Amino acid sequence: MDIIRNFPCISIMLCLFAGIISSGLRDKAAMWISTILLTINIALSACTLAYTLFIGEPFVYVMGKFPAPWGNEIRAGILEALLAFFFCVIMLLSLFGGRHKLPDEVEEDKTYLYYVLSDLLLSSLLALVYTNDMFTAYVFVEINTISACGLIMIRQNGRTIEAAVRYMIMSLLGSGLLLLGLCMLYDLTGHLLMSNIKESVALLAANGEYNVPLVVAIVLMSVGLCIKSALFPFHAWLPDAYGYSTVSSAAILSSLVSKGYIFLLIKIIYRVIGFRIYHDSRIIDILFLFGLMGMIFGSLSAIKENDVRRMIAFSSVAQIGYIYMGFGMGTQEGMTASIFHILSHAATKSLLFVAAIGLTDVSGGSRKFIELTGSGYRNKWAGVAFTVGSLSMVGVPLFSGFISKLLFSQAAVLNHTKMLPALIVLGISTILNAIYFMKTVIRIYTPLNNCAYTSVTFKDISLYAMVLVAFIVLNVMLGISSQPVVDMIQQGLTMFA
Amino acid sequence: MGANLFTNYGEAVAMILFGIGFGNLLLQPNLIKKIIGLNIMDTAIYLFLAEKGYIRGRVAPIVVDGVQSMEAYINPIPSGLVLTGIVVSVSVSALMLALTIRLYKRYQTLDLDEISSRLKKEGL
Repeated sequence: MDIIRNFPCISIMLCLFAGIISSGLRDKAAMWISTILLTINIALSACTLAYTLFIGEPFVYVMGKFPAPWGNEIRAGILEALLAFFFCVIMLLSLFGGRHKLPDEVEEDKTYLYYVLSDLLLSSLLALVYTNDMFTAYVFVEINTISACGLIMIRQNGRTIEAAVRYMIMSLLGSGLLLLGLCMLYDLTGHLLMSNIKESVALLAANGEYNVPLVVAIVLMSVGLCIKSALFPFHAWLPDAYGYSTVSSAAILSSLVSKGYIFLLIKIIYRVIGFRIYHDSRIIDILFLFGLMGMIFGSLSAIKENDVRRMIAFSSVAQIGYIYMGFGMGTQEGMTASIFHILSHAATKSLLFVAAIGLTDVSGGSRKFIELTGSGYRNKWAGVAFTVGSLSMVGVPLFSGFISKLLFSQAAVLNHTKMLPALIVLGISTILNAIYFMKTVIRIYTPLNNCAYTSVTFKDISLYAMVLVAFIVLNVMLGISSQPVVDMIQQGLTMFA
Repeated sequence: MGANLFTNYGEAVAMILFGIGFGNLLLQPNLIKKIIGLNIMDTAIYLFLAEKGYIRGRVAPIVVDGVQSMEAYINPIPSGLVLTGIVVSVSVSALMLALTIRLYKRYQTLDLDEISSRLKKEGL
């Protein structure tokens, strides 16, 4: 059983090696390596999850021979293993869902680079999830940024390169702030390992020393990660980057990349600074405020949009707002709701991006709403999947979005000072979500009366249809049997602190 | 407060440089100037780290004449962090420059705002 303790490290290493090996292979071989890698990683993280549930406590894996205050560590608990498992599953489905489009979107003989980038991206995501060292986290944040930028610009047109440049600029601003905050924290505490920093910070706070520098460091790191995960005022790069890249890239970027940064912020809150001290620094109220603003303005921009993929991208801004609102509650319940929403949004948003491509394909490749009329009949699979995704985003019972909205409202009710604004904005945002998602669903099921349509058959798109079915099942499962997942998140959070 | 600022002038300079670099990266429309800003920003952080790791009157921890005492040496970890940081910022700058070349070949300009407005006109 103890061999499972090596699995987190093995899965990160496997991804890095797979990326390196794939760069010397042909397209087909690289694709197979990536698929096998993801399957192995799903198995490894499932084992890790089962093991942590079984032993009921987190375990630490020491990298190299140096013990705690000096060496580098990997730490795995229930929460880490759960997120790693989920990220691998979503990544596999997203890559499958966009595979048939890849030859059109990427230059010939360059698709192997796509798999190199996705392998590297997965390695950095897993490292962000598992690492226990702040500087390692920073390095993998940068690897994440570089590979995400590559995934945006691998589809060569003016729009994507411009989007990639804008994405890089915002990300670099964010990581600059993160690095500065990190250096200040190292300067204050003399440690780089999360658990050691936490002890020193608790000591500093108890003695009342270095109050201002500590708050500055916390603010710098939080703002840096907010910029990178596209919280409301920093979201300008997002619609272009998600709207014009390849379909798998859009699904992966929206559902995984920004979530990796958010998870790092959760780690900083719980494991580096300590929840109490972070809460007392009042930055949590600022996160709450911007989260609320993001929920409304993201949805308003989505309503104005006339391009289906950009609309889904703007909806991501609103959903990121939900997650930060959960942080801003400053309670365990709010955090649980946020983490559940990370999972539910990842499952739903990738489904929407993948389904949207099926709808636009049968509408002559146009993404304008007027052209989408009746496309739900022309591609039945994508139509149903898009409807499921929309219903989940709006928060209809049976689907995962409902559970996260329920958890958010429960958390809001328990917090007396923030209850009213949170519930009001939650209500407004739900209505706005309903407006633009239901508008799209009605549009794709409005029949075109003058011409006969030909619907695509299962045989033409078998892999794509199976991916959509898998996504729908995942969504409904999260919606119906949410209690085990919520329990795991709560257990993981207690284990986290 | 003012006295502290004077004794820690290295850190103060690093922060000012960081601000300059950050502002340039955020506000300059010209892509090359943005990349220069990025490098100033990163270098400022390295200056900050180096300044924090250095202890007056001590030397780098390379044991040559048998001196083993900890009091003789500076803290080597910030230097290690600077090295790692330099590797990261070199790769990021290279990627940014490559993207800039791509954009310049396509639009014959380095002005990001102009490129955006041209893209809007193309309506792609």
